[in-house]
Amino acid sequence: MVEALTIVLAMGVTRGWRAALAGAVAAVFALAAIVGALGPALTVIPIEALRLVVGALLLVFGLQWLRKAILRASGWRALRDEDSVFARETAAAKAAVSEEHAGLDWYGFTISFKGVLLEGLEVAFIVLTFGSTQGSIPLAAVGAAAAVVLVVVAGIVVRGPLSRVPENTLAFAVGVMLTTFGIFWGAEGAGVDWPGGDASLPVVLAFVVLMSLGYVTALRRRRPATA
Amino acid sequence: MRRFAHFWWDFVVGDDWRVAAGIVLAFGLTALLATTSAPAWWLLPLAVAAVLWLSLRRVAG
Repeated sequence: MVEALTIVLAMGVTRGWRAALAGAVAAVFALAAIVGALGPALTVIPIEALRLVVGALLLVFGLQWLRKAILRASGWRALRDEDSVFARETAAAKAAVSEEHAGLDWYGFTISFKGVLLEGLEVAFIVLTFGSTQGSIPLAAVGAAAAVVLVVVAGIVVRGPLSRVPENTLAFAVGVMLTTFGIFWGAEGAGVDWPGGDASLPVVLAFVVLMSLGYVTALRRRRPATA
Repeated sequence: MRRFAHFWWDFVVGDDWRVAAGIVLAFGLTALLATTSAPAWWLLPLAVAAVLWLSLRRVAG
């Protein structure tokens, strides 16, 4: 979401707020339509099969986040630099030809729309998977909406590139949570009985956190002194 | 169509396809073990730890 807000801010500053905000709002409606269409379909799938598929997807998805966050935290991959993303987007927006459709700057609209839609798909995916396995997609959607509001407020307060948001820490936390729930639900879907039932979820969480922090430490030690 | 498929591949599988393949294999083994009388809960967490470490090592030498 931070990436999406950086793109919308860059479009707003350079191409005008009307097109940038219209693109962002249109993308939010498109995402709501995706959640609204897929949500009811997921609720008719048997819970065990749903947990297996959702668990596997969450796990694959969560490990992508966790892998990147660990590599960044250990210095093997550059931290995402929102300042440079903002500068790159604004430079490209200034250079783009102005073309109007329906009274809107088309470049600002489409870049905002695409940025929010692609980044928002991750959020829609999380809402659908967590909501469907827990039986309340609307509640998960409300939680996601609250997170969106928080990021937008942060953007308004900062009024520029979101370089002060600790993005890798957030990515690390999201990766840990997705991986934890992926292991827990996925294993249940595969027919596993966890010792202690739901009480083992915090133990799985602790395992994933310790494993991740251990990997960060191990990878830091592997870095050459000159790197 | 090719770009569409590439987008979904990148979205779901990401940078290292071997992680996704390892997870699918781990789920298969877990499901097999769960059909026996032996406890199966430990397999998936250990498989995740191994798959992630192997993927990290490919980047970090």
